[in-house]
Amino acid sequence: MILHELLNYEILRVIWWGLLGVLLIGLAATDGFDMGVAALLPFVGTSDAERRVVINTVGPVWEGNQVWLILGGGAIFAAWPPLYAVSFSGFYLAMFLVLAALILRPVGFKYRNKRDSFTWRTRWDWALFIGGAVPALIFGVAVGNVLQGVPFTLEDNLLSVYPGNFIMKLLGLLNPFALFVGVVSLTMHLSHGASWLVLKTEGAVQARARRFGTFAGLAAIVTFALAGVWLAFGVEGYRFVSEPDHFGPSNPLLSEVVRGGSWLDAYTTRPWIMIAPIMGFVGMAAQVILMRLWSGWSVVAGKVGIFGIISTVGLTMFPFILPSSLNPTASLTVWDSSSSHMTLFIMLVCAVIFMPIILAYTSWVYKVLWGKVTQEDVTSNPNAY
Amino acid sequence: MEFGLVELSRLQFAATAMYHFLFVPLTLGLSIMLATMETVYVMTRRPIWRQMTKFWGTLFGINFVLGVSTGITMEFQFGMNWSYYSNYVGDIFGAPLAIEGLMAFFLEATFVGLWFFGWEKLRPRAHMFVGWCVAIGSNFSALWILIANGWMQNPVGAEFNPMTMRMELVDFYAVLFNPVAQAKFVHTVSAGYVTAAIFVVGVSSWYLLRGRHIELARRSIAVASAFGLAASLSVIVLGDESGYEATHNQKMKLAAIEGMWETEEAPASFNLFGIPDQEARETKYAIKIPYVMGLIGTRSLTEEMPGIKELVEGAEVRIRDGLIAYDALMQIRANKGDVAPEVTAAFEAHSDDLGYAMLLSSMVEDPMTATDEQIEAAAWKTVPGVAPMFWTFRLMVGFGFFMLALLTYMFYVTNFRGGNYPQLALKTAVFIIPMPWLAAEMGWFVAEFGRQPWTVDGLLPTALSASHLSVWDLAVTLGGFVALYTTLLIIEMKLMLAAIRKGPVQDVEVVAAWNAKHAPVAAQPAE
Repeated sequence: MILHELLNYEILRVIWWGLLGVLLIGLAATDGFDMGVAALLPFVGTSDAERRVVINTVGPVWEGNQVWLILGGGAIFAAWPPLYAVSFSGFYLAMFLVLAALILRPVGFKYRNKRDSFTWRTRWDWALFIGGAVPALIFGVAVGNVLQGVPFTLEDNLLSVYPGNFIMKLLGLLNPFALFVGVVSLTMHLSHGASWLVLKTEGAVQARARRFGTFAGLAAIVTFALAGVWLAFGVEGYRFVSEPDHFGPSNPLLSEVVRGGSWLDAYTTRPWIMIAPIMGFVGMAAQVILMRLWSGWSVVAGKVGIFGIISTVGLTMFPFILPSSLNPTASLTVWDSSSSHMTLFIMLVCAVIFMPIILAYTSWVYKVLWGKVTQEDVTSNPNAY
Repeated sequence: MEFGLVELSRLQFAATAMYHFLFVPLTLGLSIMLATMETVYVMTRRPIWRQMTKFWGTLFGINFVLGVSTGITMEFQFGMNWSYYSNYVGDIFGAPLAIEGLMAFFLEATFVGLWFFGWEKLRPRAHMFVGWCVAIGSNFSALWILIANGWMQNPVGAEFNPMTMRMELVDFYAVLFNPVAQAKFVHTVSAGYVTAAIFVVGVSSWYLLRGRHIELARRSIAVASAFGLAASLSVIVLGDESGYEATHNQKMKLAAIEGMWETEEAPASFNLFGIPDQEARETKYAIKIPYVMGLIGTRSLTEEMPGIKELVEGAEVRIRDGLIAYDALMQIRANKGDVAPEVTAAFEAHSDDLGYAMLLSSMVEDPMTATDEQIEAAAWKTVPGVAPMFWTFRLMVGFGFFMLALLTYMFYVTNFRGGNYPQLALKTAVFIIPMPWLAAEMGWFVAEFGRQPWTVDGLLPTALSASHLSVWDLAVTLGGFVALYTTLLIIEMKLMLAAIRKGPVQDVEVVAAWNAKHAPVAAQPAE
């Protein structure tokens, strides 16, 4: 196949770096509000009927939204195999916690109303809370660790090694900076979930969601700003010793990397990236304000905020994807940890064909389901959760 | 077997994959049956078909959600537990997984919610369309997963790149149209259809035995037995096709299934029964059926079938060839690619056998120093456990034929004996509900245990594929997954049984509307 020569390797790598971001943003902007809603469930709904309303606001759509997660896993595997291999084996127990929590979520949505028992339903409410809050927190913790560099190294045959005792490894991931970034992520998801609830519910649930959403949205703005300050003064950056070959083979050990300087140096070399954090702040602030005025646009503003916050991380670190604190040269970057030229091209063709189709039918589904979810809907519809 | 990291990783993959496949086959088959039933409803507008669709849909939903839940783990655990594998073959193996998400799972998952919530929001035709999207999505999903799995069984279209130390894609069409993947896909989805058919026939038979929901049960048996009969023929034919493909690229797997230690001269006979003895390297008390193996394996009576011993000799040759490639690779890497053309030529000539040299790396520090005895021992490691393969395969095939017989009988009674099912047939149908699940799990066992000692046949030994983790990491997650999955499985079974006991719900308004419309001509009132 010669077709893949149409786009050169460097461009494909940058496109796939962008698509990696699109997938993470897609996950946070769609499944993100499901997680936020699930994490808010025990607090915004006080009676069973209210909680059913809350669950049914995401009931018909969470399955489709969750595919962003599955697709994210598959796309990282296909486009960035070293990243897939190093990150998921390195964050092993943390990944297990995320998976266990995520496994509870579908079951919670589907099984909760199958029995008319208070204990049964309350248990599932807390399972849903875990299924929403734990992944939202740990995704942020993972990002916090990525920013600091992760203590892995690559052996000569590219086997990734992450030394240390298994408990210490988990505790090492839960360091103060990483946990702080976890809070940014959690509050971002909570506020987005709340803005979704404001749009889809009414009455007491809506009022509570607005209160939680305002608080979470403001907390997201403040913690996002503080994380930036912490990054400027407390976290060392990474850089290449000499500019690597952008067309070179995907072998991280071929280009030398050292620690030093600050990630925020990127804002002097590429000042235009300031747009990302600005979008983050403006989007989150607009989400909070619009929750009171125009709830549909509040959800849109929340997505803009999520877009800004997540792309801030990617743009700040570019071209680094997963730096290694133990052996900086083993760091994974855009130039040395992608798939082959041909695989990147074929996957891009698939993405270009299918993403518009997916967006089209997903929009149709949301359109069919448009409108508030009321207690009357939930009790009269035998298919409701 | 010593339970080290690799064994625990294998156990964890086997456990999570087998749990996942408790839910998948029913989804594959039932989604199509639901769409079919709903299509009949849309065409005839008889309320009974709507009721059937909704009733089986409730059971579908309880099952579907666990398929989704357990599927999340599958997407990530290659990276978690098999990171060397992931890096080594991700360039090829990752693509079908990602395309599965893009093309299939998004379709299935986006529409499944609307299917459940959309009964009142959509017109019947649109709702039926949504149901077909779910069915097509779930079946396409299986296609891409089996393209990925088929590549592990028969790795085509890829080459080793010494600079990146991994396999890289060179021919995507070869990966897509891998004959092993195609045969496995049809075999696997057909097995899913049989599972759903047996499930629907079994549950309906229970209703008939109890004298409940007769109309629903009869129609369900009619649909399921026809669907299941066609599907079980397809399972068996495509199982045979897999056998034929295995002779080309996984001869060892077939020889192990057969307990065939010595090469069978043409026409090869089939061991119907015997006691395989791995130590003595022979199969005792073999009862042979002449000609059959030749027909299955080679589609001829003139070709011989290589036995295990001959294949091991072949593996020994490939290990020695692989060592030439390994030696050249070491030089290429030591000099960062800057080597004499002879070295590159030597590597390219033998790189297909590089994986065989890697078989030595769990036995000696440096494969180049391996002794003749170690090479012979490594060659014998290419033989999977013969007795488990031999027995599991036979049980699976036996179950398959039994289900074919039952479905054929039910189909016959439905269409030619006015649906007067004898008590014994109904009881048998209830009793064998677990059978398709057992057969499916056995099928996976034969396919994957039979692939050992490789994760990717001939390319990468399992022993080298695992992540660098501690046994404690594995103990925590293996225990955690098994505990979580078992709890959820028990809850699922209880809810399933409760839903079956409760039975279908009459949709009063729809029935009333139908009756009002058809009252003047209704010699027999609406069902």
